[in-house]
Amino acid sequence: MMVDLSAIAAATPYLLSGLWFTVQITLVGVTGGIVFGSLLAVARLSRNRLISTLATAYVNLMRSIPLILVIFWVFFLVPWAIGWLTRSGRPVAVGASLTIFVTFVLFEAAYYAEIVRAGFRSISPGQYSACEALGLSKLHAYIYILFPQAIRNVLPILLTQTIVLFQDTSLVYVISATDLLGAATKIAQRDGRLVEMYLTVGVIYFVVCYAASQFVKQLQGRLAYGAR
Amino acid sequence: MSLLFEQTPDGAERYLDWIVSGLGWTLSLALGAWTIALVVGTLIGVARTLPKGILPRLGRVYVETFRNIPLLVQMFFWYFVLPELLPVRIGMAIKQMDPPWGSFVPALVCLGLFTAARIAEQVRAGIQALPSGQMQAASALGFGRAGMYRLILLPQAFRIILPTLTNEFMTIFKNTSVALTIGLVELTATAREINENTFRTFEAFGVVTLVYLVIALLAWQVMYRIERAVQLPAFAGGGARP
Repeated sequence: MMVDLSAIAAATPYLLSGLWFTVQITLVGVTGGIVFGSLLAVARLSRNRLISTLATAYVNLMRSIPLILVIFWVFFLVPWAIGWLTRSGRPVAVGASLTIFVTFVLFEAAYYAEIVRAGFRSISPGQYSACEALGLSKLHAYIYILFPQAIRNVLPILLTQTIVLFQDTSLVYVISATDLLGAATKIAQRDGRLVEMYLTVGVIYFVVCYAASQFVKQLQGRLAYGAR
Repeated sequence: MSLLFEQTPDGAERYLDWIVSGLGWTLSLALGAWTIALVVGTLIGVARTLPKGILPRLGRVYVETFRNIPLLVQMFFWYFVLPELLPVRIGMAIKQMDPPWGSFVPALVCLGLFTAARIAEQVRAGIQALPSGQMQAASALGFGRAGMYRLILLPQAFRIILPTLTNEFMTIFKNTSVALTIGLVELTATAREINENTFRTFEAFGVVTLVYLVIALLAWQVMYRIERAVQLPAFAGGGARP
């Protein structure tokens, strides 16, 4: 079987638009996931038993079920939820991209929460006491003292999780969204070019993820050196 | 939950039977792929710690390739692309496998080799975490390379990495859901089919979500028990977990 390079060249603009959507999902997932995940991590450390139990339950639930299942849940639930919120009494149609953004924030937050929590646990207890001694409010202590240190300690793991997130975006295929893989699939099926399209997509993912993981490795070395 | 005991459209079964069948495929795929992953992963992890030669480099190429391409793309490679690249007769034979084997076998190979790359990294980290005195002592006692790995290094390395292996073991059950994209009707696909037949979304997906929770709990229990059983009193790395 011959691989036809001209088919790949012709498909490039469409593939790039798919890649752009993949990047968008990643950006929304990272930002929303880290914000919501940090809140979850703080909630898990809360002295209020109800809050910490709820946050723990949420994180464990999300980490126990497959991402594809969460995509289906949100895909079917968000229309109902919006219908309920707007009191229209029936489901409201929403675009696939909104569904996907919501899914990735909700799902990845559980994973980021665990990483940020590990970051908080790596800070020496003296820092917490010092914040109290200085009379900082809880909010200020977290924003100015604890959170920056926690993030720095787990930065390489956060970035590695982001590479995983970038790869996970390919699963939006199950609701026929046009991300990088979705775009390739559509062309592959239209032109009967499965081999060319899937190999190209594999190479693109590999190049992006390999470069990113090498960068993380370097950063890890530099951070470890700085800590000494 | 009454949905479970209602009859399916063909009248021959109840929806509960669909769930049980989906669960069966999820479990067989996960456990089969786990076996492949442990064997291949250990071999590659060991290869990466060898002092010199081509094997450590090949091991690195394997790990980087399988870790940097999404599982779903790898699934499509084994299912769609590989049969086209092989000689026509073999390719046709693969494509003509009876369902569900036509999806199950590629999914098994794919998930097994994918997870192997991740296990290889853990095995390597476990071996490298051992003090170099272990290797030196083994050589001084006259162990060959094979004996050194089998009897001295790997038993200790596995005890160190058991907590991260637990994580990986729980992940493989979740990753089986990706096989639905190549037509294997495992648990998640079952939920989707029941939903399409009944439009009772909450019940269909709710039941399957519960099943995944139970699987996660059981998988964790199994690994926890193994960890307790192989724990050595004098060995710090195998100690109790929080």
